[in-house]
Amino acid sequence: MRVARLVWVGLVFRVKELTRSGLFVFTSVIEPLIFATLTYYLFSAGSRPETVIYSALGAGMMGIWTSTLFASGGAISWQRWQGTLELLVAAPPAFLLVIFPLTLGSATIGLYSLTATLAWERVVFGLPFDPVHPFQFVLAVPTMIFGLGALGLVIATSFVLYRNANALSNMLEFPVWLATGVIVPLSLLPGWTSVIGWMLAPTWGFEAMRRSVFGGDVWAPMGMCLALSAVYFGIAWYLMGIFERRARERATLSLA
Amino acid sequence: MTPVVEVRDLRRTYRTSTGIVKRRSIEIEAVRGVSFEIAEGELFGLLGPNGAGKTTTIKMLITLLIPTSGTAHVLGLDVVKDAHEVRKRIGYVFGGDRGLYERLSAYDNLRYFAELYGVPPRNQRRRIEELLDLVGLEGREKERVEGYSRGMRQRLHIARGLLHDPPVVFLDEPTIGVDPVGARDLRATIASLTESGKTVLLTTHYMFEADSLCNRIAVINKGVIVAEGTPSDLKSIVADKTVVEIETFGIAPETIERLRQAPGVTSISVEEREQAQVLHVQSAKGLELTQELLGMLNGTAVGRVAAREPTLEDAYVALVDAA
Repeated sequence: MRVARLVWVGLVFRVKELTRSGLFVFTSVIEPLIFATLTYYLFSAGSRPETVIYSALGAGMMGIWTSTLFASGGAISWQRWQGTLELLVAAPPAFLLVIFPLTLGSATIGLYSLTATLAWERVVFGLPFDPVHPFQFVLAVPTMIFGLGALGLVIATSFVLYRNANALSNMLEFPVWLATGVIVPLSLLPGWTSVIGWMLAPTWGFEAMRRSVFGGDVWAPMGMCLALSAVYFGIAWYLMGIFERRARERATLSLA
Repeated sequence: MTPVVEVRDLRRTYRTSTGIVKRRSIEIEAVRGVSFEIAEGELFGLLGPNGAGKTTTIKMLITLLIPTSGTAHVLGLDVVKDAHEVRKRIGYVFGGDRGLYERLSAYDNLRYFAELYGVPPRNQRRRIEELLDLVGLEGREKERVEGYSRGMRQRLHIARGLLHDPPVVFLDEPTIGVDPVGARDLRATIASLTESGKTVLLTTHYMFEADSLCNRIAVINKGVIVAEGTPSDLKSIVADKTVVEIETFGIAPETIERLRQAPGVTSISVEEREQAQVLHVQSAKGLELTQELLGMLNGTAVGRVAAREPTLEDAYVALVDAA
């Protein structure tokens, strides 16, 4: 109960903080619409009309991943810069439980990307959005966000130890778009890329969303997304324990 | 009685490296074998110049840094092995502008930390209101922190550090950069902490602050404690000295060095006061050096000259100069 409350209060706090940033809101509002427009024109040039709605979902996911990636790792850098990282580390709860709502909050803001993308494509391009399983779609979206938040958490651990870990997050934006199949289906990519894709929780989350829109078994990919998220938690827990101690040894929690 | 804070031969070395191809490792010994104890309900001051090791010592005690060697216990708990338990029982406040969520209100900041520190939800509002009242921020709690003055931020820091009513509080230069009236209010708040039974470790640059607040003081310089005792004990170090204050304008550094070498002079500190530089020249009591010193200032504009009894600040200067 205490943990659930801690995560919820942290999530609300994080969303509130993010939405007070004019720049963050601007990029969160504008970028998804650019992605939506680009992917619509790219895919509508093809011969299969159903790929257009696939692209709409994918464009939304690209926005979610971008905001998760930069806001998760960036959250740690930002906390270090404003001098609050030390306060969070020195707080009594396990540091992972303090950080998780921050990454989850970033992924939740990313939910806007998806909503805005679907709305944009419907209003501007007249693209209908009629999921085959609307109920499962509503469940698949938070599952996907959870998976992204968990992946963001693993990335965030490196920022605790390394002051310049943003080089890592910059590098991960485009490969994860590809590996999770949000731009093109994984079946179209070389075989080895699918192995990477299947190890990423958001791939399964996206698959669950895709099947809820086009038809197919939604529960299996949703379960895989949650199971992989649990594995990420285990990895993040392990890494955070090591990195937090090393950061206290190397004195990298503050800028000075 | 078991001390609330017990530090034994604490050491901390920072390692940094420079260069890209040819990496060169540099080691800086920030704290070099510090030992002290703080009894329950005591307000203990740690004084020292910049870079003396005050903040590093506090960061080890609040579990943010792992000591290179030595031990430290807070309420009988080891700060390395029992870090989690120590964190629940201590509060800390860092001086300066940073360490707050600028875009959010003071109330939002306090609410979040109340949750982190396990303040029961039904008590959070009351506790936050109590603390806002204690630090004088009531009525301003809904404003964004980015619009706060430095004094208001410091008061908010103190409120944050006290949310879970910790028995031990660490204050690292809490009045730094705060205007005189604000600093006086903050000192009154700090004094009230020990009145309510808390044990406090305070670091400060301001001697009068340490003199008026602390039961005991340790002077730290270059990572080593050079003196420890009550403010009276420390003042007694310079009881056999007299101080001449000489107001000068545009004095050259080499002139100060020449004065420092003058026979009978034990130490000199320079205080900048707007256009003037006030020299505090210590010498043995009974030794009349004023004329000789003024003679050595030939060519430098001199204002007011006065002799006075030594203060805690003079003791501090003597200790730091001697180290």
